[in-house]
Amino acid sequence: MTKATYREAVRAGLREALLGDPRVFLMGEDVGRYGGAYACSRGLLEEFGPERIRDTPLSESAFVGAGIGAALGGMRPIVEVMTVNFSLLALDQIVNNAATIRHMSGGQFSVPLVVRMATGGGRQVAAQHSHSLEGWYAHIPGIKVVTPATVTDAKGMLLAALKEPDPVFIFEHAYLYPTEGELDESAMVDLTRAAVRRSGRDVSIVTFGGSLWKALEAADRLAGQNIDAEVLDLRSLRPLDTSTILASVAKTHRAVVVDEGWRTGSFAAEVSAQIMEGGFYDLDGPVARVCSAEVPIPYPKHLEDAALPNVAAIVQAVRQLVKSRG
Amino acid sequence: MSLEIDRTKALDLLRQMLRIRRFEEKAAELYSLGKIRGFLHLYIGEEAVAVGAMQAFTQEDALVATYREHGQALLRGTPAGTLMAELYGKANGCARGRGGSMHFFDASRRFYGGMAIVGGGLPVAVGLALADKLQGKTRLTACFFGDGAVAEGEFHESLNLAALWKLPVLFLCENNRYAMGTALARHQAQPDVTLKAQAEGVAAEAVDGMDVLAVEKATKRAAESVRGGNGPYLLEYRTYRFRAHSMYDAELYRTKEEVEQWKQRDPIVIFEGQLREWKCLTSEDLAAMEAAIAAEIAAAVAEAEAGPWEPVEDLTKDVYTSEQF
Repeated sequence: MTKATYREAVRAGLREALLGDPRVFLMGEDVGRYGGAYACSRGLLEEFGPERIRDTPLSESAFVGAGIGAALGGMRPIVEVMTVNFSLLALDQIVNNAATIRHMSGGQFSVPLVVRMATGGGRQVAAQHSHSLEGWYAHIPGIKVVTPATVTDAKGMLLAALKEPDPVFIFEHAYLYPTEGELDESAMVDLTRAAVRRSGRDVSIVTFGGSLWKALEAADRLAGQNIDAEVLDLRSLRPLDTSTILASVAKTHRAVVVDEGWRTGSFAAEVSAQIMEGGFYDLDGPVARVCSAEVPIPYPKHLEDAALPNVAAIVQAVRQLVKSRG
Repeated sequence: MSLEIDRTKALDLLRQMLRIRRFEEKAAELYSLGKIRGFLHLYIGEEAVAVGAMQAFTQEDALVATYREHGQALLRGTPAGTLMAELYGKANGCARGRGGSMHFFDASRRFYGGMAIVGGGLPVAVGLALADKLQGKTRLTACFFGDGAVAEGEFHESLNLAALWKLPVLFLCENNRYAMGTALARHQAQPDVTLKAQAEGVAAEAVDGMDVLAVEKATKRAAESVRGGNGPYLLEYRTYRFRAHSMYDAELYRTKEEVEQWKQRDPIVIFEGQLREWKCLTSEDLAAMEAAIAAEIAAAVAEAEAGPWEPVEDLTKDVYTSEQF
């Protein structure tokens, strides 16, 4: 175990991938000379050269599509899109090509493409750089959607994604890049299973990505109020590890889903529906959701804080639910 | 005028154009019988483009085409029966029946679709060419698209990226003058496609798309330039679609006279006339050619008719490569 920031963990993953497989290359906006908008690829251009660390024009559709083509052509591209909001300019390639080609061609082609992007709010960069749209992406069959929340996952899920024969979309919460954690180099990191990050018996807080740390902090506060919360990190939104969610709910009988997406049509709604369908009779109360307020994320800190899920709101939602226990 | 190419080659070009036309005439007939559903975009009138262009490629080269791709797939060598079965939606089709008319795929022939989002194939073609360049391969990627695609951002983004990185990709614009029903000059302030390409740093020229020999010559020259490591090249084939955009098109946007005028330049009729003039085609040759094509298409229809439907249990097969999802 070594200490590393999330950004260092991503960089270590990129480096290991580039060293380990000549088919791997990185392309995206400012990944080369600038070193990456979030400094994840700093130093890689110098080490691996411009053929493998490719700065692209601001042409999201073309370079994501080129990633699809390069994957079809035998390479293992890693495409960095600066933020999830920018990825909307590449939705045609993602939804119409990356996700469909395997099935639509009758199984003739695989698209082993990895796309990384920053997601989420909390940095006062307003409504065109702060949204959490990974739940949208999780709607699409044909791609895989993962949300590493720890430094071990930040590195390990990237390396695991590169072993996949199908497109994997990695959502890195922008707030996490400077945060530090224990990097477990020996961990076997998969792309499919949810992880219990804190064991508890009174309530299951189900979350992913940047919200994990808010959920863990909420669980600590709740512990002081004699409420023992279990915290589940989904890690992967598609495929969704429903059985781990249901096992947790079967134990705690209560669930609060925390999702930085907007409440309406949120990924939290999907988790809630899965619990209704598979764990209804285990529940002692309705599934609760803590999501973002239904507004474009505003710039001033007090408004942004009010718009995003926060520790107090999670604590309150849990207390509300647990109040009814007999 | 004298014969510019040998007789065998000339007859083959004619045969290929006729083969595409007869295949599609049969497809239109089967459509009205309800054997084929969904969208069916016919290439009739544009055959000289695919036939001329495809002479420039080897089986090593990659191909990306559009939803009007029956001709390219036939020329690539995917058997007519496999393609007809795909039109039927049968499991013996070239995409197990899952794509239909708009989504022909053939991995064994490096045929990457069958892309039905206008402009959506261009970035993929750029990526295929990038993969070749990074792997030190000398083959090229040919990407067909229509005049409608030049309005898409993906067209400009892709040309720029290919030129910037000097990628071995050949952009082939089948300009049939209409983006579905909107004439090029009605949606583009600059309707000259070659100028747009040049503005992106891509060498470009326009060719008479109704003249199979001119198409072949220009495409071979452009392909040679691309293979020589000079970066991408764009050809604009000026052509015309004789039939409706798809099977549901009242053709309110063009006059019958205009269509009739273009039909005077039918690439098959014209080439046939040239061959007769050059004394390398007799009525017997033509009859034999037609008979062989008719037999091939009859066999293709029989293959499609006899083909099985994909079992419903396989509906979710191949959403992912590994089956555990």
